[in-house]
Amino acid sequence: MSFDPPAAGQKTVMIAPPVDDRVIDVHNLDFFYGKAQALFAVDLPVARHAVTALIGPSGCGKSTLLRTLNRIYDLYPGQTARGDIRFDGENILDLARNSENLRARIGMVFQRPTPFPMSIYDNIAFGVRLHRRVGRADMDGIVERALTRAALWDEVKDKLGASGLGLSGGQQQRLCVARGIAINPDVLLLDEPASALDPLSTAKLESTLLELKDSITIVIVTHNLQQAARISDYTGFMLSGRMVEFRPSSEAFVAPETRQMQDYITGRFG
Amino acid sequence: MTRAEQIARQGRWLHARRKLANAVFLAGTALATAIALTALALIMQTLVVNGLAGMDLAVFTMSQPVQGMAGGLLNAIIGSLVMCAIGMVIALVIGILAGTWLAEYGDGTRLATVVRFLNDILISAPSILIGLFVYELLVAPFHGFSALAGAVALAILAVPVATRATEDILRLQPYALREAGMALGADRGLVIRAIIWRASRSGLMTGALLSFARISGETAPLIFTSLGNQFVSTRLTQPIAALPTTIFQFGMSGDDNWRRLAWAGALLIALAVLATNVLGRALMRRSNAK
Repeated sequence: MSFDPPAAGQKTVMIAPPVDDRVIDVHNLDFFYGKAQALFAVDLPVARHAVTALIGPSGCGKSTLLRTLNRIYDLYPGQTARGDIRFDGENILDLARNSENLRARIGMVFQRPTPFPMSIYDNIAFGVRLHRRVGRADMDGIVERALTRAALWDEVKDKLGASGLGLSGGQQQRLCVARGIAINPDVLLLDEPASALDPLSTAKLESTLLELKDSITIVIVTHNLQQAARISDYTGFMLSGRMVEFRPSSEAFVAPETRQMQDYITGRFG
Repeated sequence: MTRAEQIARQGRWLHARRKLANAVFLAGTALATAIALTALALIMQTLVVNGLAGMDLAVFTMSQPVQGMAGGLLNAIIGSLVMCAIGMVIALVIGILAGTWLAEYGDGTRLATVVRFLNDILISAPSILIGLFVYELLVAPFHGFSALAGAVALAILAVPVATRATEDILRLQPYALREAGMALGADRGLVIRAIIWRASRSGLMTGALLSFARISGETAPLIFTSLGNQFVSTRLTQPIAALPTTIFQFGMSGDDNWRRLAWAGALLIALAVLATNVLGRALMRRSNAK
């Protein structure tokens, strides 16, 4: 079964959150890996204190889009973005490379858990110390709060000094979430955070995210459509580097407007 | 003859030929392996038998004897330890930093390609050339052989090994780990020092041990630099003894006692190299298992 790639001029079907509710507003974003263009005039409004899911077949550009939001692509010379990513009144594409300030405000969790080779406690303290001076007692509180919010505290409170590498995959991923939220970011980006987890760990991670969204804006890339439908408030469907549909999830999964998204969510391709 | 019979006949002939070719090839490789292993076994046997015969307490407690007198290798053991230790410190500082640059910063640049190529050449550079180079650099201008010159020569031998090992080890770390550190707002240098180096600890230790194994038996670079010393010395500006040079000197002599000590020294070096290799590999396995 083949599908129609979006035409060059195909307009995004967009039902966006109100402008005042947007934390991040991506407009007309192009992205290049060297000379190869991976994103074409993408728009993405990210609503405050909501979960925005990005879905689409492999290679559609959803991870690329996510990686522009904290400019993690800065690590790789040759990757460039062009357009407008409005965050707190400024275009983050105008910031200097590897802005520490931006990374402090937009956190990220990766596909595979990436615990640092240090104790569970230090995994969390590491990021906090990067941005402010904290005494031991305060740090204890920050670590406990972060682990509690990531639903990991009860499992690790007796072994905070043990290596983060000794945890199970699901625990490691929640440790990474805890590490990300410990520095109080406005936004948390998650790149297929559950793809390496079993269903039980996935469920725990999802309920963690649902609780977090009261205080943090979440953008999640996922291959799992049920997951997107379960936890997201808005869904963006991408194809071949273009945003095809962007709508509240409640409508997007029930009545997709484009043929391409219909085919994708009914499993006809992807 | 039916077509099926034809095919069967041709097949039998081809199969027989292939089987024969396979048997010949297998025998060839097996023979080559046997020859190599036999040579190794003979060397080990000679070394162990003669080395053990030469081994006694005096080897570790007394210095080099004059011919015909009792004595040991203490001056050479201490000299080797001093020079290897200094050489390793120099080599590890330079090698780990250079390897880190190659893996983390220089990656993909033309300069890195050139540096990596030159480093690989340096790995296989004849060690006697390095001895001559250090002679011109540190011995001739200061009018004297010295332990320091010997240590520098050993360091130059170890640097490319340590550089290569460091680069290889750091490359094993997943990119996501670097990105995770950067995503928290750490700068690149901190990510490398606090996360990547730490994650590579046992691998880096293995690299260090392998570089040590590389230099501990080197003779040629020391002949032109540290020369030798029949007394125990730890002064860096003076000539100093070393196990390989002592073996060279004693082994060629007509004195039985000296030749006995030469065998004992050879066994000591072999055991040291063996121990570091085993330790290095064990560490490597442990880090791979993680």
